Amino acid sequence: MAVNPAPAPPSPQPISSELEVRIRKRFPNPEGSFNLNVHFRALAGFTILFGASGAGKTTLLDCIAGLTDPDDGRIAVGGEDLYDSEKKRNVAAWKRRIGYVQQDLALFPHLTAGENVAYGLRKLSAAERVTRSREILEAFRIAQLRDRRPSQISGGERQRVALARALVTEPLALLLDEPLAALDRPTKSSLVGDLRRWNQQHRVPILFVTHNGEEVFALGDEVIVLDGGRIVAQGRPHEVMRVPQLETIANLSGFENIFNATVLTLHENRGTMTCQLGGGKVELETPLVRAEVGSRLRVGIRAGDLLLATETPRGLSARNVLPGTILRLEQRDVIISAMVDCGGTEFEVHLTLAARDALQLGPGKSVWVVVKTHSCHLMGM
Amino acid sequence: MNWEAFWLTVRLAAIVSALLIAIGIPIAYWLTYSRWRWKFLVEAVVALPIVLPPTVLGFYVLVALGSHSPLGRWWESLTGHTLAFTFEGLVIGSLLYSLPFAVQPFAASFGAVDTNLLRASASLGHSPVRTFFRIVLPLSKAGLVTGFALSFAHTLGEFGVVLMVGGNIPGVTRTISIDIYDQVQTANYSSANQTAIVLLVISFVVLSIVYGLSRRPWAVGPWR
Repeated sequence: MAVNPAPAPPSPQPISSELEVRIRKRFPNPEGSFNLNVHFRALAGFTILFGASGAGKTTLLDCIAGLTDPDDGRIAVGGEDLYDSEKKRNVAAWKRRIGYVQQDLALFPHLTAGENVAYGLRKLSAAERVTRSREILEAFRIAQLRDRRPSQISGGERQRVALARALVTEPLALLLDEPLAALDRPTKSSLVGDLRRWNQQHRVPILFVTHNGEEVFALGDEVIVLDGGRIVAQGRPHEVMRVPQLETIANLSGFENIFNATVLTLHENRGTMTCQLGGGKVELETPLVRAEVGSRLRVGIRAGDLLLATETPRGLSARNVLPGTILRLEQRDVIISAMVDCGGTEFEVHLTLAARDALQLGPGKSVWVVVKTHSCHLMGM
Repeated sequence: MNWEAFWLTVRLAAIVSALLIAIGIPIAYWLTYSRWRWKFLVEAVVALPIVLPPTVLGFYVLVALGSHSPLGRWWESLTGHTLAFTFEGLVIGSLLYSLPFAVQPFAASFGAVDTNLLRASASLGHSPVRTFFRIVLPLSKAGLVTGFALSFAHTLGEFGVVLMVGGNIPGVTRTISIDIYDQVQTANYSSANQTAIVLLVISFVVLSIVYGLSRRPWAVGPWR
């Protein structure tokens, strides 16, 4: 007797698509024109496009969305060609089903938030349009804004509306051009949470452009670093960002302090090593990397990761406490930037106005600079 | 006050400016979004009636409508009479005469719509034509009103083209500006004054509407 095979269990997750991009495009920028030349795959989940402005990030997104044409190459989503210069194939932007949230959001000013969100659902029946847009408005916690115009809501709310408008169409891939740039920190993290939840149900590739290093760690499954139109690094955030291999990444992610260093001793049992900074006497305990005693490295430290103390600190977990003297203080907006001389090595330390006043800091004052081991980022020379 | 001429003129201006909405929008659309390298030639042709003496325009329209031209012959075979010296002929002449006064504000307001909105609309699955109707037109309301009002006011006061194309037939082609001219010719100054004041007030009201909407009506044209 023949036995019918059991029906296959329903797949636990919806089919995920994959974005494949291999394009070249010459594009103008303020310093003359240069070439965007990239080749990468983005799987379902967040892929961060990281790079300074002018690196070609927005041009790349425009090419994928079909809003500008590459010179040649291929763009495919889920195996289907959107652009292929060899096959002379170029799907029009409005037929591509790529969600795109532009940097300026581009909400339609004459439509309410609800109408903006329903705009991309023209193929559905009126009833279904209403249901679907209500669902996404609730998921992004903006249901109460449905009848308001973009000019009547706050920046963070506009950001949510723009995201909801792109997501409700269930795109095959999602392009986000610095969608968090203008937001304060709490708004940012709640929006990131909502995006993550949405992405768990809709496994599509999300290309997320930013030049903010923090966002890379908050979101990234994968990071692609663009510089001058080329991919200079690609990998998981901690691989690419935590142990930067390239000076360009360090510059981009905002290291105010970059020193030449020589490896003095390795402490493999502790996972650290001691480095001597520059020609000075300062020694730092840094994370252990694959390096030999005597080899030369660069150390990058963010000014915001450093602490200042006016008395000898005790009982600290931080391994490096360096005595020094304040050279000068500069105010930038609400941040005080203190330049501190520690035995011939100058550190830039960022403080709040309140900290300056409470510690009565000023030029000539003796201080201690506290450096956590894992605030020291190492790069090859 | 010659009410027959007054209502004839209002009817002419209303028909012409309504038709110019229908004709002017596609032309303005093309002028705004075309990347054809010779587009400026079309822009110049559209703007021509602004600088051309109305008698010159009227002369060519008269020739084009006459029974020696293909258009004139076609119309004659269709209706049995020529277009020249008829109300229909007047409408055609006025359409050309007032075309830039509709097309330029239309094109200016289409061009003022943020291109990022058009890009967003495309990535939300709308074709350029659908985008035009759902985004560009609604955001160009002021420009549409301006174009309608300007072509209405401009047609109201036209003289040279009307005289060349329509002549001076009471109830058919005699408009108010020709009526004023007639009254002055017969030294009937008080009657001419009454009619002239009506025209002045209407023109002022229309322009107030236009500038009240605070839109610059000229954004494409030879003097840009």
